[in-house]
Amino acid sequence: MLLIACPHCGKRPETEFRCGGQAHIARPADPMTVDDGAWSEHLFVRANPKGVHAERWCHVHGCGRWFNALRDTISDRFIETYPMGAKPTQFPQSETRA
Amino acid sequence: MLETRYRAARALPLATLPRPAASGASVSVRPAGAESRFSLRARLGGGAPTLAGLPLDAPINTVGTDGEVWIARLGPDEWLVGGPEADADLLQGRIHEALAGLPHALVDVSHRNVGIDVSGRQAAAVFNAGCPLDLSETAFPPGSATRTLLGKAEIVLIRAAAAPLYRVECWRSFSTYVHGFLNEAVFGAEGAVAP
Amino acid sequence: MAQPFRLSRGGRIDRTRPIVFAFNGKPVHGFAGDTVASALLANGIHLVGRSFKYHRPRGILSHGPDEPSALLSVDRGPGRIDPNNRASVVEARSGLRTTSQNHWPSLEFDVGAVNDLLSPVFVAGFYYKTFMWPRKFWDKVYEPFIRAAAGLGKAPTVADPDRYANRHAHCDVLVVGAGPAGLAAALAAARTGKRVILADEGAEPGGSLLHDTTSQIDGRPAADWLAETLAELDARENVILLPRTTAFGYYNHNHVAMTERVTDHLTSAAGQAPRERLWQVRAEQVVLAGGAHERPLVFADNDRPGILLAESVRVFLNRYGVAPGRRLVFATCGASAYQAALDARAAGLDVTLVDLRLEADCGPELAQLRSAGAEVLTGHTVIGSKGRKRVTGLVVAPVGSDGRCGGRRLLACDCVGMSGGWTPAVHLFSQSRGKLRYDDAIDAFVPNISAQAERSAGAARGTYDLAACVNEGFSAGAAAAGSDERQEVRATPTLTGFQPVRIMPTDANPTKVRAFVDYQNDVTAKDIKLAVREGFQSIEHVKRYTTTGMATDQGKTSNMNALGIVAGQLDKALPAVGTTTFRPPYTPVTFGALVGPARHALFDPIRTTPIHEWAEAHGALFENVALWRRAWYFPKAGEDLHAAVARECKAVREGVGIFDASTLGKIEIVGRDAAEFMNRLYINPWTKLAPGRCRYGLMLKEDGYILDDGVVARVSDECFHVTTTTGGAARVLAHMEDYLQTEWPELEVFLTSTTEQWAVIALQGPKARDVIAPLVDGIDLSPEAFPHMAMRSGTICGVPTRLFRVSFTGELGFEINVPSDHARAVWEAVFAAGRAHGITPYGTETMHVLRAEKGYIIVGQETDGTVTPDDVGMAGMIPKAKGDFVGKRSLARPDVVASGRKQLVGLMTDDPKLVLDEGAQIVADTGQPIPMRMLGHVTSSYWSANCGRSIALALVEGGRERAGGHLHVTTPDGFTRVTVCEPVFFDTKGERINA
Repeated sequence: MLLIACPHCGKRPETEFRCGGQAHIARPADPMTVDDGAWSEHLFVRANPKGVHAERWCHVHGCGRWFNALRDTISDRFIETYPMGAKPTQFPQSETRA
Repeated sequence: MLETRYRAARALPLATLPRPAASGASVSVRPAGAESRFSLRARLGGGAPTLAGLPLDAPINTVGTDGEVWIARLGPDEWLVGGPEADADLLQGRIHEALAGLPHALVDVSHRNVGIDVSGRQAAAVFNAGCPLDLSETAFPPGSATRTLLGKAEIVLIRAAAAPLYRVECWRSFSTYVHGFLNEAVFGAEGAVAP
Repeated sequence: MAQPFRLSRGGRIDRTRPIVFAFNGKPVHGFAGDTVASALLANGIHLVGRSFKYHRPRGILSHGPDEPSALLSVDRGPGRIDPNNRASVVEARSGLRTTSQNHWPSLEFDVGAVNDLLSPVFVAGFYYKTFMWPRKFWDKVYEPFIRAAAGLGKAPTVADPDRYANRHAHCDVLVVGAGPAGLAAALAAARTGKRVILADEGAEPGGSLLHDTTSQIDGRPAADWLAETLAELDARENVILLPRTTAFGYYNHNHVAMTERVTDHLTSAAGQAPRERLWQVRAEQVVLAGGAHERPLVFADNDRPGILLAESVRVFLNRYGVAPGRRLVFATCGASAYQAALDARAAGLDVTLVDLRLEADCGPELAQLRSAGAEVLTGHTVIGSKGRKRVTGLVVAPVGSDGRCGGRRLLACDCVGMSGGWTPAVHLFSQSRGKLRYDDAIDAFVPNISAQAERSAGAARGTYDLAACVNEGFSAGAAAAGSDERQEVRATPTLTGFQPVRIMPTDANPTKVRAFVDYQNDVTAKDIKLAVREGFQSIEHVKRYTTTGMATDQGKTSNMNALGIVAGQLDKALPAVGTTTFRPPYTPVTFGALVGPARHALFDPIRTTPIHEWAEAHGALFENVALWRRAWYFPKAGEDLHAAVARECKAVREGVGIFDASTLGKIEIVGRDAAEFMNRLYINPWTKLAPGRCRYGLMLKEDGYILDDGVVARVSDECFHVTTTTGGAARVLAHMEDYLQTEWPELEVFLTSTTEQWAVIALQGPKARDVIAPLVDGIDLSPEAFPHMAMRSGTICGVPTRLFRVSFTGELGFEINVPSDHARAVWEAVFAAGRAHGITPYGTETMHVLRAEKGYIIVGQETDGTVTPDDVGMAGMIPKAKGDFVGKRSLARPDVVASGRKQLVGLMTDDPKLVLDEGAQIVADTGQPIPMRMLGHVTSSYWSANCGRSIALALVEGGRERAGGHLHVTTPDGFTRVTVCEPVFFDTKGERINA
């Protein structure tokens, strides 16, 4: 069971959280202006890196807040967690899209 | 007649249990009575309003109480407020007054939530049968409150006072499970002494 | 009471407390403090089981958790039977009934032993080679045979009556193993004041110190150091000392799982205490001090009962006061066995020691043992053993450095203690994803690079000297606690010289020799060589092909010998071969411990409404909907489901029915931007919905498919009362919070779940208004003042209510929302008031039928995550001018706008009595070849008493264009013809709802 540092509550066990997949995929401001290809990319295409991955997590059974995390998918080490809307302070080699 | 019943008594879900209160040598599990509770959501901005003398901008995962009203801050913009059943309207008014001018939502959840009090030397061990948090004196001292899990149920765990007395708040339909889980945990925890 | 092999003194057993247990039905006497193994040996019983494949007689090899052979079924009373217990770790106590396994008709005479004579057949990969053909033999012949032969013990047949507990715990330093290194580590960590947990799998902490009767620490017996250390740890409030607790799994982020055996060793368990407790420890730092396992020597017939590991002989002598034999031969390639031999001499036993090492390669141990009066043969190999159910002799021969054997000599004996060196227990370290390093000097893998916050100490990292173990443990414990404190004890030097060997040199024909590597799986050195010859080069493949290192012991005694043989065959260095993966659990774990309290009523929360007990009292049957238990139907005497539902359905349409809708999800949406938030989440428009009015809302995921639906009331300009499906409540709230927090944080909106604050009493039918009229205050119920799809606040029976005029039946209807703790009283009052109108309680089945008669969809039944609003005929709800909302863009996706999508239609069977199966497939032409082209499936199907015929809803390709046409639906008896129709079967004009 992972131990995840919620930005508001500190280190909490994984069971209190829900993972929301890849982070930093902004919903287009006006989706109707996005062409079919770009929209399907937005909906369905996600990175699956071996290494550092930026993910969304929600402390659903805690403070209920969504936040972002950089996790190494090889070691499961959390490099950093940071609030929604913020950028990570560290940018290790990351294969994820911004 | 029903009017009277409404004023007088709520049909609490754990009141009809055959053995509502369980106790071992070092712990007791007891359903709480009828209380009023509110879910408060607000954006504090720069201000730090107080309620019942308690500041709302207290750290997340803490609880304050004036002996009657308790306010647990569960998240950056979320509080759970409890108080005596009879003071529900009064409390509601005071909260709105305290937050006048600030964006907020106050929702009555008195009937959504059910309280169970667990006390005794082994209380923390009983919770740790299903709650994965560190409940030691340093990690979860008096004045702590948080939403977490107990087994497969979500709970709010509140430790307002210095005594080994904990309040569990869970949703109504989970209360039988939570209560049963705690009772079972009494058997499992006795004999294991916490550091 | 005779225990002929019990020494007259010594050991840590309590001679004042005799015990007796049964082995294969015969009483075995021992003392408190014995294990089953030590008590058996005290009584001269060595033959305790039959091996897995060849049914060879097997005895006790080890004193600890690595025991591969002595597996017993242990019966602790009715329902309390466990197979495959290691005799070496089961604490003996009165009342236990133990039985040996894998033999028929008896342990002494086992028909299966014929396999031993046929052993040339049972070579490595036997199963893969034998059961290949003919193919048709698999189901009828091979599989039943393999299943009958598989496994050792018998699984229990009744439910486990014991209680199992679970415990989450946190500490600064977790120390695994309470031998010299672990104790020192715990001591050092405890002295810093940090929180320490010290867990040891044994009944008594101490590890090797429990049987080390000769070493001294700082000039005093090691046992004194042990006692003092334990006393100090015990006195410290910051230490939890857990004996009988096996750390079996090392998971992410220093999460270590351990099982504590709480009551198995007690003759009468205390009250209702749990049998076992699963500890889930989250440690800041972990110190692994789990010691090392001794390796057997690989020689012909090295598996006879009476052949033990050398250190185990020492343990039985010193810890249990038991002589495993009177005439002992030790065979070794290292110095540690000398200590066992010395202790055996000290116990007055006849001892001969055979050392593969040449005289010059031995250390001071040689002279020590010779002066103790034992014969020592250096430069000797073991050719084989004699005996069958008990070893009677060891055949040895001198061996030169060229590997040639000289003349054989038979050493008569009744017990052999062998030592092929030591293997550090790196299991937990490896589970933590740490990287191992091969250490030539000790011929073993040792911890190298940590992946988590842990460190190893003592024999677990290849340190075998006592003083070094203590000092290293102390440093490790201190460092784990953030201190650089050191301690330098001095102790009697431990005998540690060693010369690795794979297979003992022999003059016998190697193709005829059966030298066992893995005792539990009957894998011989020959099998491993054969596997390599047949092309298996990866150790992981060799393991699976030969089964070496599998099953309950996971190769604790065998893995290094197997690796060494593979490396030799491949002519590779051992590190190049690597190890197999170490996976949890370290030793077998009971299912009970893993399940813990999650049984029966605590398996899952069972959610019930405030009306539940009333429904029970009125004979309701229930169905599971998510975690909820909902009233399904209310049969009267003699009624089955169909009769009850037909009656309930008619009652609602003709009079009035009462239904518990409390499980509906409810969310209070409050804030200045509440309407804007609603606009963005639903396909419907909300801005102009007046307070006090309701609207049916449909919510999509971003991919355009329906997520959920429900009626929404506008309570005020800035407050909406949203309802969701029962199963979708949590999902919808999470979906809303996600968008609110991550996409539109600028919106001033707050979401609160009120699902359980409000109980919902649905009152449906033409007489619904008449029933509640006398009970309601403060609300004008007239159709003009309170039309369909309106919501009013007032009181009912004096209880505050949000009264909805809504309908999921097509009839005049109300949904009475009242605070949950008052719901039962209001329900009963409404029910009493309804008596005069023939009020009928109905359940979810009737609710489903009534809504299907009207063609109202149920999300999850008519939809399956690939259904758009247009597919179910609801595209018209989306205003042309409506701006962006979640899912809108996807409604223009090419595959969503493509023609030929499946659409919701009604189906009417030619035979009005025939009720279709839900899920049944639909085709246009039954004459087409198989596989046929499926056009869709039936989503809902019922007998409708109100229509006097069966009705069905279906998703059908291009369905709306097929109205009036015929299709064919699968039934258990073939196809049946149906007519496609509009998905509404009753009151098609929808007039009744506005009554």
